[in-house]
Amino acid sequence: MIKKLAGSIREYKTPVFLTLFFIFAEAVIESIIPFITAKLVNSMQLGEADISFILKMGGILVAMAVASLSCGGIAGYTCAKASAGFSKNLRHDMFYNIQNFSFKNIDKFSSSSLVTRMTTDVNNVQMAFMMIIRIALRAPLMLIFSIIMAFVMGGKLAIGFVAIIPLLGGGLLLIAKFAMPAFRRVFKKYDRLNESVEENVRGMRVVKGFSREEYEKRKFGDASEDICKDFTKAEKIVALNGPLMQVCIYFNMIFVLSIGSWFIIGGRSSIAVGEISSMLTYGFQVLMQLMMISMIYVMLTMSAESAKRIAEVLDEKPTIENPKNPVFDVKDGSVSFKNVNFKYQKHGKEFALVGANLEIKSGMTVGIIGGTGSSKSTFVQLIPRLYDVTDGEVAVGGINVKDYDLTALRDAVGMVLQKNILFAGTIKDNLRWGNENATDEEIIEACKLAQADEFVSTLKDGYDTYIEQGGTNVSGGQKQRLCIARALLKKPKILILDDSTSAVDTKTDALIRRGFQNYIPDTTKIIIAQRISSVQNADLILVMDNGKIVETGTHEQLVKSSEIYREVYEQQTNGGEDNE
Amino acid sequence: MSNQKLPKGMNTGKKINVKSLGRVIKLLFSFYPKLVTITGICILVSSVVSSIPAVFLQKVIAIIDNYFKQNKGNLGDGIWLVAKKEIVPLLIILASMYVISIILMTVYSLLLAKITQGFLSKMRQKMFGIMQNLPIKYFDTNKHGDIMSHYTNDIDTLRQLVSQALPHLLQSGIIVISVLFIMLWYSFWMTILVIFGVFAMLFVSKKIGGGSAKYFIRQQKSVGITEGYIQEMMNGQKVVKVFNHEEKSKKEFDRVNEELFNDGFRANAFANSLGPIIMNIGNILYVFCAILGGILMFVKVPNVGISTIVAGTFVPISISIVVPFLNMTKQFTGNLNQLSQQINSVAMALAGAERIFELMDTKTEEDNGYVTLVNAKEVDGKIVETDERTGKWAWKHPHQADGTVSYTPLAGDVVMSDVDFSYVEGKQVLSNVSIYAKPGQKVAFVGATGAGKTTITNLINRFYDIEDGKIRYDGININKIKKSDLRRSLGIVLQDTNLFTGTVMDNIRYGRLDATDDECIEAARLAGADSFIKRLPDGYETMLNNNGANLSQGQRQLISIARAAVANPPVMILDEATSSIDTRTEAIVQRGMDKLMEGRTVFVIAHRLSTVKNSDVIMVLDKGRIIERGSHDDLIAQKGTYYQLYTGAFELE
Repeated sequence: MIKKLAGSIREYKTPVFLTLFFIFAEAVIESIIPFITAKLVNSMQLGEADISFILKMGGILVAMAVASLSCGGIAGYTCAKASAGFSKNLRHDMFYNIQNFSFKNIDKFSSSSLVTRMTTDVNNVQMAFMMIIRIALRAPLMLIFSIIMAFVMGGKLAIGFVAIIPLLGGGLLLIAKFAMPAFRRVFKKYDRLNESVEENVRGMRVVKGFSREEYEKRKFGDASEDICKDFTKAEKIVALNGPLMQVCIYFNMIFVLSIGSWFIIGGRSSIAVGEISSMLTYGFQVLMQLMMISMIYVMLTMSAESAKRIAEVLDEKPTIENPKNPVFDVKDGSVSFKNVNFKYQKHGKEFALVGANLEIKSGMTVGIIGGTGSSKSTFVQLIPRLYDVTDGEVAVGGINVKDYDLTALRDAVGMVLQKNILFAGTIKDNLRWGNENATDEEIIEACKLAQADEFVSTLKDGYDTYIEQGGTNVSGGQKQRLCIARALLKKPKILILDDSTSAVDTKTDALIRRGFQNYIPDTTKIIIAQRISSVQNADLILVMDNGKIVETGTHEQLVKSSEIYREVYEQQTNGGEDNE
Repeated sequence: MSNQKLPKGMNTGKKINVKSLGRVIKLLFSFYPKLVTITGICILVSSVVSSIPAVFLQKVIAIIDNYFKQNKGNLGDGIWLVAKKEIVPLLIILASMYVISIILMTVYSLLLAKITQGFLSKMRQKMFGIMQNLPIKYFDTNKHGDIMSHYTNDIDTLRQLVSQALPHLLQSGIIVISVLFIMLWYSFWMTILVIFGVFAMLFVSKKIGGGSAKYFIRQQKSVGITEGYIQEMMNGQKVVKVFNHEEKSKKEFDRVNEELFNDGFRANAFANSLGPIIMNIGNILYVFCAILGGILMFVKVPNVGISTIVAGTFVPISISIVVPFLNMTKQFTGNLNQLSQQINSVAMALAGAERIFELMDTKTEEDNGYVTLVNAKEVDGKIVETDERTGKWAWKHPHQADGTVSYTPLAGDVVMSDVDFSYVEGKQVLSNVSIYAKPGQKVAFVGATGAGKTTITNLINRFYDIEDGKIRYDGININKIKKSDLRRSLGIVLQDTNLFTGTVMDNIRYGRLDATDDECIEAARLAGADSFIKRLPDGYETMLNNNGANLSQGQRQLISIARAAVANPPVMILDEATSSIDTRTEAIVQRGMDKLMEGRTVFVIAHRLSTVKNSDVIMVLDKGRIIERGSHDDLIAQKGTYYQLYTGAFELE
């Protein structure tokens, strides 16, 4: 996992090494500074220091401070570059890999989880990375330096550490060990709480409609109190860090003072007075570093979860890849299904589609009717190879879809998904998704065909009207028409509309279909619809039920032969005969 | 959660309002008056206590030094016994101070954990409580992501503020002040030097801090843009695939990603350098102090400090002053460094607090209604209020003029007369709309998107208030009816279904909290949802997450119909309730719906004309006006817009 993530450092290896180098230098200087200051203070205290000595030592100290400052500054700079660069590359690698995902891969992760992985998780890892290269090297380094210096300076006095270090280290580890799972639990609950707020905000009309404000407040209050309790518990564990640390520092001080004075005055050792004060300084440093190390430990384990989630995305192999010697030319818009079975999960029990056999000639209009869950969408998504069949074969233009270059195949198959999405940008920008180089005339033509031109031209900025993210500033029906226009601009050989006119009124719907007949007669049109009127005139209508094509035929045939079809038809026309 | 809008304080670059800090502290006090006071005192005392030991430390060292010098050569246990009497009491005082300090620290650390989390929880609840009472308009005009970020980002900044920044500020502030006082006590001359150093630090941190703040704001903006782009692309990933748009979206992503890198890199570079710089200025200051002390000692300039003024003796500075002074310089700059580290999080927290207060200060929905809905029964032909659930309801209408109370049975008679309405001033959405719905009638609205169909229903349940005209419910002006009771008497099923996390049963029960399981199942049966629910893995106990993501749109819709059914209201509003259900399922639902609608006043909005056909009255709306009204047959005979809509689909082909 670490190896996988480290692979994203790439061009930022130099700043990483520079950071390590300068941090190392800074740590060395920083450990020597107290040594020199101790010397200065000692000699001043002993009355040995004259001005020139003070100036000399002062000069050295200033030079060291400047050196330490430069090293620290440079390290801060390179570290910022390295960590920002690392996270940039992580996002880049994830995004690029996701672009290769098939629908199956996307379904596996869900888009909201991908967003969290690319944002929150990357942030966590970036923070941890920064910690690692700034402190993870520095803290143990300083620890070792300080201990060595303490022994060099204080000799036997340094024994105090031997007692304290395991105590503090053990204590900190224990705290980290208890705190971590507690925090992990809390964060999960916290996420859930936020989800429920989101739910509440989204469903505010329902809440108010049922006058459930008080109920919601109670529910939220309980959840919030619950988290508060758990969170307090977790924080209390961590809160012990400070006092524990303090206990150790203070213990060390008393120890050094009492033993030190006993040693010196009792004539047991030849240590000097100044050594006692530098022992105190080093003692403090040693403990600080231990504290740092425990902090890093907590940080790292907390971000390990994020790192794992990132690695999952990076490791994900696209389930659909381009074939070795792909066919680039899609001959025509004919489609054939041969004994196609399909299930979404490899080991799933239920087939979403069973025994599909069908021949569609180029230029035909095919309608598909069926209830929710009858696998209509599944069926059409196999055509542009958004999913791969489990058994059997789907062919377009007489060639198995698996043999085509993916881009070529999908360029030839225009599809308007059931879940329509427009992107932030002008209407023109959105339409050009269909064809980057489309001229204004082509755009207007496509919109006319999709019956979108009329409303677009009434907008103040016309085709330059800015569409908000998710297309929130156009109505459902308008969105659908723009999405159809976008697909038309591709000039596809096969056009698939997956329930794409459900929010469009029947008249406009009819106009769109008439346009198709007149202007793109050679394009194969596959239309999934709820309304019989949308498919009534199709050359071929499929009735789907429960993952099977149960009936095929024209409207007239099906009204006679298919019970399901007739039932729907009659329901929609209320018997039919009282309409003219 | 990402939203492209930035926290407002940061976005506009306007000065952060320090008043918010006062308000946060005030709230803290109001939630936990005792605990906050105790914590404050603990921090205060422990900061003071922890700066005193330095003096004792120095004293002990001085004593050792003294003995060492005086008894050179004959140090031994004998002298130790003498010295012990001086040293041990000092050590005991020192140790007891340490013990006090540790106890105080433990107490306030634990209290802080409690206060922080309690404060956050209370703030969340307060915010949520206010939010529940905000008018629908607030939710219609603010992005949901933006509302959400109050609960995530903004609350998180408060957590930082209360648990870290405030205690640190208090602690470091006290230490800085007390150390400054001790320094002044010892020597003015050297204190002046230290103050110069402080100015240098302030200058540098302002320069760097300013730069870092600038880039942090930019970074924040880039984060918003990048996250927005990521969110958009992840949601539209399938569309990207269908249009072979992968390469283009990669290119655009690289652009925003690079920008984020640049801003993030700069912001962090500044922030990272601040620490070493302040620390090393501290080191240099330390050296200068040593040099100045040395010079003063040699030149024998009389020392001036509070202590000398008090004592009235002005002797040259001695080593016994210079050495502790040097230590204090270290402590002083160390704490200044600590303070500087907190500035960023305080600024962030203030921006967050401001946004939270903004939400809290938003005007909540007003409700001056005094007519309430009560259980009723009929005694001797008169309606009487009762506590038991009779299934019969009445409006309890107290008359202020004469103090009497009258009861009107709940029937579901809705009259709108000459209603005008606009969401935004100057953009009339409804003009002169009049509707009469008798109890048990089915009224349908037909018309293009934006014609004002949904708006009418928004007015009946007072999601929005009308500008002109009147709406009467059972003869009572709806402005007089308590909003919660008004809405309780109206069932709504919307096109966008919203289910809540919980079991299917919980979701149905949402319609009426005291409904029994059997009643819920009965309602589901009525809505035609029973058969599919039974086939779910855990039946009615199946957990729904994420707005029922594991169900199809149609199934979600059926549950929401069942939810409305269990509420059993006399008036129902069905806003495109069946549009997501396929026609075959609708046929099944229709039977349930017909049963559901029986005896109720129903307002139906649908674009599928088969759904509205058998309504008693159909209103055709266009641009906020009712242009046709009548039964299906009437309207067909009129051969107007409805006729065209209805027949359009057939005659065109």
